[in-house]
Amino acid sequence: MLSMPVSTDSESIDSCLRERAAALPRGVQDAAQVLLDVRDLSVRFPVGRTGFWGQKRLTVHAVDDVSFVVHKGETLGLVGESGSGKTTIGRAVLRRLPVSNGSIRFRGNDITQLRGESLRKLRQHMQLVFQDPYASLNPRMRVLDIVAEPLLVHGRARTRDEAAAQVADLLHRVGLPADAADRYPHAFSGGQRQRIGIARALALSPEFIVADEPVSALDVSVRAQVVNLLQDLQRELGLSYLFIAHDLAVVRHISHRIAILYAGKLVELAGRDAIYDSPLHPYTEALLSAIPVPDPAVQRCRRRIMNCGEPPDPLHPLPGCRFQTRCPVAQTQCREATPPLRESASGHWVACWRH
Amino acid sequence: MNAPLLEVENLSVHFTTRRGVVRAVREVSLHVEQGETLGIVGESGSGKSVAMQAVMGLIDAPGEICNGDIRWRGRTLLGEAGRRRLQEVRGNRMSMIFQDPMTSLNPVMTVGAQLVEVLVRHLKMPPVQAWRRAEELLALVNIGAPGRRLRQHPHELSGGMRQRVMIAMALACEPELLIADEPTTALDVTVQAQILELIAELQQRLHLSVILITHDLGVVAQVCHRVAVMYAGRIAETGEAVDLFARPGHPYTQGLLRATPRHDDVAERLIAIDGAPPDLVSAPPGCGFQQRCPVYGKECDGPAPSLSYEHGRRLACWHAFERAWPELVAERKQAIHALDARIYGL
Repeated sequence: MLSMPVSTDSESIDSCLRERAAALPRGVQDAAQVLLDVRDLSVRFPVGRTGFWGQKRLTVHAVDDVSFVVHKGETLGLVGESGSGKTTIGRAVLRRLPVSNGSIRFRGNDITQLRGESLRKLRQHMQLVFQDPYASLNPRMRVLDIVAEPLLVHGRARTRDEAAAQVADLLHRVGLPADAADRYPHAFSGGQRQRIGIARALALSPEFIVADEPVSALDVSVRAQVVNLLQDLQRELGLSYLFIAHDLAVVRHISHRIAILYAGKLVELAGRDAIYDSPLHPYTEALLSAIPVPDPAVQRCRRRIMNCGEPPDPLHPLPGCRFQTRCPVAQTQCREATPPLRESASGHWVACWRH
Repeated sequence: MNAPLLEVENLSVHFTTRRGVVRAVREVSLHVEQGETLGIVGESGSGKSVAMQAVMGLIDAPGEICNGDIRWRGRTLLGEAGRRRLQEVRGNRMSMIFQDPMTSLNPVMTVGAQLVEVLVRHLKMPPVQAWRRAEELLALVNIGAPGRRLRQHPHELSGGMRQRVMIAMALACEPELLIADEPTTALDVTVQAQILELIAELQQRLHLSVILITHDLGVVAQVCHRVAVMYAGRIAETGEAVDLFARPGHPYTQGLLRATPRHDDVAERLIAIDGAPPDLVSAPPGCGFQQRCPVYGKECDGPAPSLSYEHGRRLACWHAFERAWPELVAERKQAIHALDARIYGL
């Protein structure tokens, strides 16, 4: 029986790579250049009334006191399960949702209360890449019109023909053939559609892109192509990303730092390798242990940290830590007071009473 | 009587559309033994779901089973004779759960009413006894306070809880085979882990056979005994899970394993398979992977061979076990150089 030739030095190269990666102060070198600074951001949604004659207002606390920064040229991975508020943060930062509390500063300017023409101007600098490449492209518009629309809206081009040259350049940049411009979205596969979405986001040459689960809807073999494209674009254009994801496997490869959300609260924020090698919050540990590794020999030796139970009800948050109902090491203190986000090691922030 | 529980032989399913005939499943052969978990892995459009829908007799016009045979304990489920047998087997001896539990459950009926309906219809159980049995079933799938849950509607339950209800419903008639079509794709990872554990536990306890359809190699690694990898309507490779992951033989399997992001891997860059799956209307006559395959040769234009190896491995490839992507190490080396350049400004 034939067997796969196993390279002798691949392991040593791996360990070498690991060392080098640890040596690099990722994201830290640009510490002076903070692009986005979010402080105590809260987003609440009124969802109706309850009680006798509707005297009590019901509010969903989607995002609660979240603070983080994104540096220039950096990717911050934002990880959380459904309902944790990760998309809400992405939208609020882009000023697509009303902010209940806190402040958002972009390039040093407070943009929390911006409105009208100045908000419109701001939108050129921050763009969004959507999750579903099937729902986010108008099926009745040609690719040329889809990518040219932001150029026309913001006055970078006066006519469609004027925009065509720029569109061709953008399509080339994201790896689509030149004749793509004349076709409709249905002629493209999922991965190619996501490239169109990226081209549209890049049209106004923004500095900051919120990528809301850009690869979750794609197949594995295509997913890597899109992640690599985003990395290449970042290197070429100096982009900053807020990369939203629901699992920790993809973000490892693209993020410089990673923030973990649970039920609208930031529970841990640290450099990429610190999150995977020395997670501090029990939720991060549970999340890591729950991802199946595509290798039966490894996977069957792993022990999952059991956390039964369900995420808390966002309508009626309990006092104390939000993770208390599922936490394997919860103490009385966790039920009484909310743990603040504290710097436990250099650059490693965690919201847990044990640290 | 040594016939396997379920046997699929040379199955082909076509859909006639305005664009032409879509060959969704082409000459697929599989079998499942008693008490075994078989994983079917593939990307969207690889035909994994359609093949199992054919087994359940769920292919409607314009779809058509145009070739092959499906046998339950050695007896066919197709044709005139098979139709009645299929009615007996489906729901009783084999049942299926789907990806999205919300669309599979009836939103205007309570969970209990839906479970009781299955028991009364299939087992002719009296309603009072059926209600008691429904409570037991919810307890079986680890739902707390089953008595209260039975009186709730699906919208009152979380996604994981709904999938548990679906599993309880599928297990109501004590089937021998459970077909699960992407049962955890719509769920969060922590809930996914719970559901997979539940399926593995039930499989052992009830000596069930399970066919798990998924696109996630991690899920397969966790629960499956054997794996079938599908690509463009065909089976590229089947084998024991541990063996297949350790020595992937088909270039596609090798590429898929390399491309799957792992949280325990430090590589800075993911490795993609270039290109996209072929259009199944005008798929190439030979191997479906030829356009993306690095070890493609002239012989690949003809029909792919079905080669057998030790450990029950079967492979449809002229270049089986050839290393398809030898530059993996070189890529890693490049990554190190790039890192060096950034650290030391080289």
